[in-house]
Amino acid sequence: MSAYWKANQRRLAPWMFLAPGLAIFALYVIIPIFQSIWYSFYDWDGLSPPVWIGTANYVELTTDPNMVTSFWNNLIWLLLYMLAVPLGLFIAIFLNQTVRGIRIYKSLFFFPFVISQVVVGLIFSWFYAPNFGPLYLLIEQVTGKGVALLADPDLVTYGIIAAGLWPQIAYVMILYLTGLNNVAPDQVEAARLDGAKGWRMLWYVILPQLRPATFIAVVVTVIGALRSFDLVSIMTNGGPFGSSRVLSYYMYEQALSEYGYRMGYGAAIAVVLFAIMMVFISGFIWKMWRDEPER
Amino acid sequence: MFPRPIEQTSVATQWLYKLALPVALLLWLFPLLGVAITSVRPAADIAAGNYFGMPSYFAYENYADVFRNTPMAKYIMNSFIVTIPTVIGAVTLSLMTGFALAIYKFKSNLLVFFLFVAGNFVPFQILMVPVRDLTLNLGMYNTWYGLALFHIAFQTGFCTLFMRNFIKALPFELIEAARVEGVAEWRIFWYIVLPLMRPAIAALSVLVFTFIWNDFFWATVLTSSPDTQPITAGLSSLNGQWISAWHLVSAGSILAALPPVLMFFLMQRHFIAGLTLGAVK
Repeated sequence: MSAYWKANQRRLAPWMFLAPGLAIFALYVIIPIFQSIWYSFYDWDGLSPPVWIGTANYVELTTDPNMVTSFWNNLIWLLLYMLAVPLGLFIAIFLNQTVRGIRIYKSLFFFPFVISQVVVGLIFSWFYAPNFGPLYLLIEQVTGKGVALLADPDLVTYGIIAAGLWPQIAYVMILYLTGLNNVAPDQVEAARLDGAKGWRMLWYVILPQLRPATFIAVVVTVIGALRSFDLVSIMTNGGPFGSSRVLSYYMYEQALSEYGYRMGYGAAIAVVLFAIMMVFISGFIWKMWRDEPER
Repeated sequence: MFPRPIEQTSVATQWLYKLALPVALLLWLFPLLGVAITSVRPAADIAAGNYFGMPSYFAYENYADVFRNTPMAKYIMNSFIVTIPTVIGAVTLSLMTGFALAIYKFKSNLLVFFLFVAGNFVPFQILMVPVRDLTLNLGMYNTWYGLALFHIAFQTGFCTLFMRNFIKALPFELIEAARVEGVAEWRIFWYIVLPLMRPAIAALSVLVFTFIWNDFFWATVLTSSPDTQPITAGLSSLNGQWISAWHLVSAGSILAALPPVLMFFLMQRHFIAGLTLGAVK
C-alpha cells in the first residue's frame, strides 16, 4: 500500500483533492441539469408518478402566450441591461481622479451592488409608488399626470430593468475603475503628445487596454440579465396581468407556486433558458480555453 | 492616467468637478437615502402626507416595532446560520479543488476546470426541481443545512475558478523545490500553499458572505417557515403583510442591507479583489 502510494502519489493526489468538491458539485449542479432535461419530457405534478409525453411540453411552449411574453421580456432585459457597460464606464471615468476623499466616493457609488436585490426591489417600489413616490411626483410635475410605472403593463418591465441597472452599473463601474488603474501611463502620455484627447483617446488608446475588463463586464451583465428573478418577484410578482414575467420567473410560477405544480412544463421552460445561457457560456469558455497557455 | 488629472486643468474646472462629485453621489443614492429617511419617519407623518419633508422627529420606534412584532431577529439569525457555514465550506472545498487544478498536470484537468466554471453560470431554474427533490428526499427541506449544502456546492464552482487562478500565479519553483526535498503532496498543500492563500481566502469569504446573505431564490425554494427562512425571504413575506406600511418596509430593508454593507466597508480591498476575479488587476 505504502509503496504503491509512494510510486503513484503525484498521479492520485489531484483526485483526492478534487473528490469532495467535485462530488458535491456534481450532486447539486451537474446531475440536476440532466435531470431537468429529462423531466421536461414528462407530465409531472411532483406527487403522482410522472407520465412520459415526449416533446408535448415543448410543443405547448410554442403556442403559450405567457411564454411569448416572458421570452420577449427576457430579450428586452438582455438588450437594455447592456447599457450598464457604457454607463459603468462613464461613471468610472468620472471617478478616476485623485482628489481628496475620492476613495469614499468610489465606495459609496459602489453601494447598490452590495445590497440584496430584494432590498433594491423594495427601494425602487417606493421610488415608483403611485401618489407619493419621488419619480411619480416628478413625472406629475413635468407632465401634469403621474404614471404608476409598476401598474402599467407597457412600462412595467422597463421600470424593473431600471431598478436592476442600478446595482449592475455599480458592478461594471468597479471593474472599469480597476481596469483604468492599470492602463499603461506611458502610452497615454505618448498619445497625448501626438495630440490625442477626449473621444479619440478613449476609443483608440484606452478602450483597447480595457478589453479584459469589458469582457468580464459583458459576461456578468448577460448573466445578470438572464438571471433576473428577484426583482420581478419582489416588485410585481410578474404582473400586472403577467406582463412583466421573464423566463426565470415564469418557470418558477409553473413549477412551484400557488399557480400550480407543473414540474415537467416548468423544466421545459428552464431548458429553454438554459439553452439561451449556454450560447453565452460556450463563448465564454471558448475564450478562456483559447487564452489558456497550457492547453 | 486617463482621464487627464483634474489638477492639471483650470481652477474653474477643478471647482466644478468638486461640486459635481457630491451632487452626482446624491442623485445616485437618492432612492436609498429616501428609504433610509422613510425608515425613521413616524407613521403619523406618513398618514398626514409628509412623505418628503424632514420627519417631525426621529422615529426609532419603527425599528423597535419591526423587532417586536415580526420574527426579524430570527430571520437575521437564520441568515447568519446559513451564511457562515457556507463560507467555510465553499472556501475549504475550493482550496483543495483549486490546488489540484493549478498544481497537477493530468489529462482531464481543463475539462474538470471548465465544468466548474460553466456550472457556475447556469440559470438557477434548471437546477430548481431536482435540487428541491433531492433536498426533500434527504429530509433536509426547510432546514438550515439543506440550504447551506446547496450553497456550498454551487459556490464551490465560482470559488474554484478564483482559487485555481490565484494558485497558478504563485511561484511554481516553491512546489518543485519541496518535491525535490521529498515532501509529501498533502504537506505541500498544507505547509507551502495554504499559508500563501490568506488574501484569496479573505477575498472569497467576503464575497461569498455577501452572495449568500443576499440570496433570495434558493431561500424561497428550499425553506418555507420563519424558523429557517433567511432575511431576504422573510422580508419578502413581511412586505406582503405590511401592504404599504412604508416606514416598516423601509426599516426592514435597511436592516437586511446592513450586514453586507458593513462587511463591504470593513473588507473593501478584499471585496474588490474578489469581484474583479484578479483578471483585470
